[in-house]
Amino acid sequence: MAGTAVLGRLTWQVAKVIDLVAETPRVKTIAFEVPGWPGHRAGQHVDVRLTAEDGYQSERSYSIASAPDGTRVELTVERIDDGEVSPYLADELEPGDQIELRGPIGGYFVWEPLQGGPILLLAGGSGVVPLMAMVRLRAAARSDADMRLLYSSRGWEDVIYREELERLNRDGLTVVHTLTRSQPPGWTGYARRVDFEMLSEVGPGPQERPHIYVCGPTPFVEAAAEALVKLGHEPQTIKAERFGPTGG
Amino acid sequence: MSPIISRGFRGRRRDDAPSDRVPPGQYVTRDFPVLSAGPTPHTPLDQWDFTIVGEVNEPRRWTWEEFRALPIEEVTVDIHCVTKWSKLDTVWQGVSIDTLLDGVETSAEYVVQFSDGGYTTNLPLKDLTGGKAWLAFGYNGQPLEPEHGGPARMLVPHLYFWKSAKWARGLRLAATDEPGFWETNGYHNYGDPWREQRYWGD
Repeated sequence: MAGTAVLGRLTWQVAKVIDLVAETPRVKTIAFEVPGWPGHRAGQHVDVRLTAEDGYQSERSYSIASAPDGTRVELTVERIDDGEVSPYLADELEPGDQIELRGPIGGYFVWEPLQGGPILLLAGGSGVVPLMAMVRLRAAARSDADMRLLYSSRGWEDVIYREELERLNRDGLTVVHTLTRSQPPGWTGYARRVDFEMLSEVGPGPQERPHIYVCGPTPFVEAAAEALVKLGHEPQTIKAERFGPTGG
Repeated sequence: MSPIISRGFRGRRRDDAPSDRVPPGQYVTRDFPVLSAGPTPHTPLDQWDFTIVGEVNEPRRWTWEEFRALPIEEVTVDIHCVTKWSKLDTVWQGVSIDTLLDGVETSAEYVVQFSDGGYTTNLPLKDLTGGKAWLAFGYNGQPLEPEHGGPARMLVPHLYFWKSAKWARGLRLAATDEPGFWETNGYHNYGDPWREQRYWGD
């Protein structure tokens, strides 16, 4: 498997906030300008470091949401109410503010247009973030690879990147939502947790040997990956990223 | 470059996180987050074994029953994940790697831990000996859950936790160092949390 393109030490870099977008009531996208950003691959993450006036520091990891785009790096952050870093990022940051980050990090949970398809992306909640980088890269690279995103959210108002996904839902990209807790009036889509039957309907099947990426909370990833294996997908074709309630 | 101040950031300092036990860049969690790169394997115990292979005078193999008949140690250790969380005073039941290596003759200086699902991680052999590492089958007195690496996982608490292979099935001893799964994917070859050796070049 390919290593990352990282050669030297990943040094801390100053990242300046240039734009903020409220995606949902709990989720915000923050666009940074990072001079000297070396570029990244879809699926990678960064470490963020905050420093208080008295020198106290806190670090967390966040997935990159944007496709490679020069020195612009977008992170999408879900506010964890009792967290230390995410409430600051989601609620306090304003354009012009500076934080530190280093990256890109991770050479495994990545998709490159040259890999082609088919690709199956399974997202649980804010686990959609690194997968969105893949969706965006596919569009930016004008790839015609068969890419399917099955995206599980609690309700319609919790769907991150909703309008952009609607817009991109064509030319070989298929976006399928499932809403597990509440559905808008007239909803005809899936309304339950991702399961065996849903995965067999969304496809692609194991015989097509899709590249599979699963990201979400641990119970989501465990259930989805287990169902995929039961469907006949080779465990080696399933790449997973889990996150838990870590107080971030 | 001295760190830049994040305007208005105060942080939530934890009284329960003594600084001599929390390495730089880490925070203390009470949860037990799960990190792994693929589906959770479920190997039936009657198909499980643990082997020591490679540059050894004679390969060793234990079935589950044989492994569970070995002397047990209970250890209380702090664990540190490269994704930033540390968990203090975790209690494990397992077999010391010293016990497994007892009588094994080798000139090897390195070892690769290998697992169900294809995961590997490398380290110097001396980091597994001298009471520093275990093959754990229990957590808090309960069987180790599959998502945390059960039936048995390595426990090498003085290194970042990716150096403690889940679903461990054996050790391969070698004269030369062979980078494992994360080590070939941008993560540090050794992984000492106290020197914050997270990524290549750290």
